[in-house]
Amino acid sequence: MNIEVVVFGVSFVVALGSSIAMLFAKNAVHVALFLVAAQVALALTFLLQGAYFIAAVQIIVYAGAIMVLFLFVVMLLGVDRSEALIEPLTGQRPMAVGLGALLAAEIVYVATKGSEFVIVGGGEGALSALNEDPGNVKALARTLFSSYLLPFEFTSILLVVAIVGVMVLARRIGDAGFLRD
Amino acid sequence: MTSVPPEYFLALAGLMFTIGVVGALTRRNAIVIFMFIELMLNAVNLVFVTFSRMQGTVDGQVVVFFVLVVAAAEVVVGLAIIVSIFRRRRSANVDDVNLLKW
Amino acid sequence: MTSAYAPFIVGVPLASAILLLFFGKRLGKLSGIIGSVAVGVAFVMGAIEFLSIVDADHEATFSSYHLFDWLAVGGFHVGLDLLVDRLSIVLVLVITGVGFLIHVYSIGYMDGDERYGRFFAYLNLFVAAMLLLVLGDNLLVMFIGWEGVGLCSYLLIGFWFEDRANATAAKKAFIVNRVGDFSFLLGIFLLAVSAGTLTFAGVNGSAASGVLGGTTASIAALLLFGGATGKSAQIPLYVWLPDAMVGPTPVSALIHAATMVTAGVYMVARLFPLFEAAGFDVLLLVAWVGAATAVVAAVIAAAEYDIKKVLAYSTISQLGYMFLALGVGAYSLAIFHLVTHAFFKALMFLGSGSVMHALDGETDMRKMSGLRKVMPITGVTFMMGWLAICGIIPFSGFFSKDAILASAWADGQYALWAMGAATAALTAFYMSRLYLRVFEGETVLPAKLEATHVHDAPPSMAAALIPLAILSVVGGALNLPGVLSFENFLGPVLGEPEVAHGITAWALGIAATILAGAGIAVAWSLYLRPGGLQLRDRLERMLGPAVRAARGKLYVDRAYETLILQPGRDLATFSADVLDRKIIDGAVNGTGRLIAGSSEILRRVQTGYVRNYAAVFLAGVVVLFSVLIIRVAA
Repeated sequence: MNIEVVVFGVSFVVALGSSIAMLFAKNAVHVALFLVAAQVALALTFLLQGAYFIAAVQIIVYAGAIMVLFLFVVMLLGVDRSEALIEPLTGQRPMAVGLGALLAAEIVYVATKGSEFVIVGGGEGALSALNEDPGNVKALARTLFSSYLLPFEFTSILLVVAIVGVMVLARRIGDAGFLRD
Repeated sequence: MTSVPPEYFLALAGLMFTIGVVGALTRRNAIVIFMFIELMLNAVNLVFVTFSRMQGTVDGQVVVFFVLVVAAAEVVVGLAIIVSIFRRRRSANVDDVNLLKW
Repeated sequence: MTSAYAPFIVGVPLASAILLLFFGKRLGKLSGIIGSVAVGVAFVMGAIEFLSIVDADHEATFSSYHLFDWLAVGGFHVGLDLLVDRLSIVLVLVITGVGFLIHVYSIGYMDGDERYGRFFAYLNLFVAAMLLLVLGDNLLVMFIGWEGVGLCSYLLIGFWFEDRANATAAKKAFIVNRVGDFSFLLGIFLLAVSAGTLTFAGVNGSAASGVLGGTTASIAALLLFGGATGKSAQIPLYVWLPDAMVGPTPVSALIHAATMVTAGVYMVARLFPLFEAAGFDVLLLVAWVGAATAVVAAVIAAAEYDIKKVLAYSTISQLGYMFLALGVGAYSLAIFHLVTHAFFKALMFLGSGSVMHALDGETDMRKMSGLRKVMPITGVTFMMGWLAICGIIPFSGFFSKDAILASAWADGQYALWAMGAATAALTAFYMSRLYLRVFEGETVLPAKLEATHVHDAPPSMAAALIPLAILSVVGGALNLPGVLSFENFLGPVLGEPEVAHGITAWALGIAATILAGAGIAVAWSLYLRPGGLQLRDRLERMLGPAVRAARGKLYVDRAYETLILQPGRDLATFSADVLDRKIIDGAVNGTGRLIAGSSEILRRVQTGYVRNYAAVFLAGVVVLFSVLIIRVAA
């Protein structure tokens, strides 16, 4: 059996398994931990498909920084206690599950019959060649700073706006005199 | 490069996305809902990476990069909103925030 | 030939009207003089034009003035053109001449009225509009004047609008005229389409050459005549004129006797080739309508007690004569009667105004008698008018009325002649009844008035009465064979009428005089002779129903009330209460209630739970995704 198939199988099982476990975990901290597991498994699938840089970023930024932020907020608010599993909204749960099943069926159908849709394949060799020369990170950087330079600059604006927004949102009402002056 | 066909990765992404949707609809804790949304974003990232592989270009990976940035900004703002709601209502339950109605 | 004065004949009274409308209050007493002078100036200019036409060669019997192009649509042109010819200049002289005298009279009559300036503004505006009506070279310009005089008539009938009855009478006049005007307007449209032009020369030319004929010409002529029945108070639209008498008396004299009401006569005379070209004999209808109106109005006049209403019905009756003349083809005689009638009827209206002025507005002839002794000027001048309208030789009415009857006879319309002759006798009767009761016999005044208070006409009023009395006496000389010939003067425009000659003419004249004498004699025996009262009672018992019908104005107003007004009011009530309030409002309110009701149910969808919204969002995504898949797979 090919080693790659084994790696894919493991990551498949871990990703799906921890996702499903998220659904049933009562404690928010447990949910966060299962999410970290799923994200690490996803990083594996990225590696399998030649996206080395993204795989690294996935683990460092997502599983690392962002999830720490989540856990921080969970702890800060003191809501690490378990959540009642009784659904107060009538019909919400069956509707969510039913529609979710339909959506999953549709997505899987489209994924497996990809050639019938607009998904065009056939360039697999090209990506391996790029990863050889000039290498994954260089190729990514060239594309990002040439074709996608303008969107890249916009993300900096987005981040600044987000920072300012968070400062406004998170200040305590009444003690943000610096905004009023 | 792997010999596993891209359809498998796409199917995995679809399933994870759906789980994210169901979780976001059924859970009530705002932070937990947020985490399911992150799960959905991750599933989408997998789709982009798979497309990048199928196309033989790195454009898909660039998009993943942007998704990461947007997700980071979104998490920061979203969590700030949750914190300020919690300050006011002593609760992170989204069902408690239901004033916008008839 | 271009007429130098034509635009100023219309313009001077118009300018004066505008001046008085804006500054009438500030000008005070001066406004009466300004208004009179403006009309006098128009009269002088009209006289100059008249002389130039009389002097001109036979071919150049008209002059026109082109002010500007009004409408030019494709090949269809309408200009603001004025036409001065022998017909219109006669009307101009009558309007400005009689109008001037009535303006002068009004200076005294309206003295002390709080809207003195405005009265003269309206009168001047009326004169300007009437002059535009007769001077217009095409139907559209005539229509401006036609509507203008209607407006002024409305304004002046309702001049003392504080009294509700006056305002109602003004509205009645305006609305009844509207019916006729609508018909007139339709006629204009039809002519514009079928003849392609609206100038009188163009319409008459295409009618004479046969381009415009048969049914189209008939319908056009009928529609135009419908307009004439409204403005000239003929059956069936005469009902407004008696009510119009609530206006100031000079207005009744100028507008509702001498000028405006003759507009229909002028219009038919102006377009006589069209009426002659009509396939259906429209002219015969005109004659019959005129004759019937003459008789009906004379019958009602004989039963009326209000001085001004007697004169109003008399006016309707005399207008009927003019239409009778038009109908038998004696166009120039219709205009001749128009002129003499303008003299004597204006005179009598002004005389009755003088009586009202003296008696504090009293108009009921039963309350007065023998006034000639206290008001000699009014009495004597009124006598001239009375003799003129009765048709006594040599007063003016004799010549014009006799000529119309003679031409009806010559045209072979003996039935029409008989109706005209009967009207002549009736006219002599009711006018004698009016004159003898009011001015002759023992002097009796209304109880509340003292004899010292009663006074004769003041100078300015006398200044109008005396010239009109003279004209009433000698006006007939205009068409006196051997002296002047009015018919020949109008000949180039209106053609020569058929008249009886020789022994027939003398016989007809003598017959008419005998009938008039008989009417006067009957009135004398009933109202002035001692014992007339018993005779009257006996006669009334004999003719009971007829007298009652005449007193009830032949029930025409009541018939209109039940046949037209009441259904109209019912329809309006139905529209308001059922159509508007129930159906239209119901639909509007129902829509509102439907929306409100369904919103009441639908707003429950807005639960306020964000997870509900997300679920619906998901359902949308699933549906869209399904559509996408089905479309691609199909």
